[in-house]
Amino acid sequence: MSDAVSALQGETHEGFATVAETGLVGMITIRCDLGSKGLAKALKAEGLPVPDARRIETVEGRSIAWMSPDELLLICAHDEAPALTERLSTALSGEHALVVNVSDARAMFTIRGEKADQVVMKLSPADIATLPTGEIRRSRTAQVAAAFWRSDSDTISLVSFRSVAGYVMGLLEVSAREGSELF
Amino acid sequence: MLTLTCPCCGVTAEETEFAPGGEAHLKRFGPGSSDDDFEGYLFARKNPKGVHFERWRHAYGCGKWFLAARDTNTLEVFATYKAQTSEPPADVIAKIKAKRPDWEGYK
Repeated sequence: MSDAVSALQGETHEGFATVAETGLVGMITIRCDLGSKGLAKALKAEGLPVPDARRIETVEGRSIAWMSPDELLLICAHDEAPALTERLSTALSGEHALVVNVSDARAMFTIRGEKADQVVMKLSPADIATLPTGEIRRSRTAQVAAAFWRSDSDTISLVSFRSVAGYVMGLLEVSAREGSELF
Repeated sequence: MLTLTCPCCGVTAEETEFAPGGEAHLKRFGPGSSDDDFEGYLFARKNPKGVHFERWRHAYGCGKWFLAARDTNTLEVFATYKAQTSEPPADVIAKIKAKRPDWEGYK
């Protein structure tokens, strides 16, 4: 099998904040009735909770995010994703559910630095200043859809579609340029 | 700027995160209906200066459709509520009447 590579292979830019493409990340989309017992049980077997609305929970290096009233995003290690998808599919076989490994359809970025907020503030209409830790916000960056959350006190993680990874990196790089801080 | 709160995910965002879907609470007239009804269903839309019921989709967010009652003139949003309603709920009507006493009512 060919080697898996991330969209931008870890491209990094330094400005008033550091923007980097995170590299290979595993992502699994789960569509299901989020209130169902089967889902709670399937996730519990993996040590994961069912997140409340708009929340993202991180347990032992894996994160699970609430994307919509019937959709979750599970973020894990890239090489772990196929087996995990398989296990969840099997566990949810009795439910009206869909589990898909979307690792290679997405790109992930991290924006690190004291002023990381401002990089995204310039690109998105979302109110980032009041975004609490542990909440994922689906919105847009300039013209493309993106989801972001505070993964650390000075870090914002951002997920976009892989097909627009180059565009998003361009946005982030320009937005993070030295001297363009908002305040 | 129009600011809407999506009732499906609870996010309050400005209008560029949403996609408009036209007038809400349309009654479909399909095969077997009269020509007048069918024409009305296809083309006749209210275009009020004031209270209006609309469909919106949280396109850049949770992706769900919902309905909104707003004033087309002032952009004041009276309420947003779920799409699975065939006419405005009583609490939404009450909210509008409280703010627009001279509103002629739905329909």
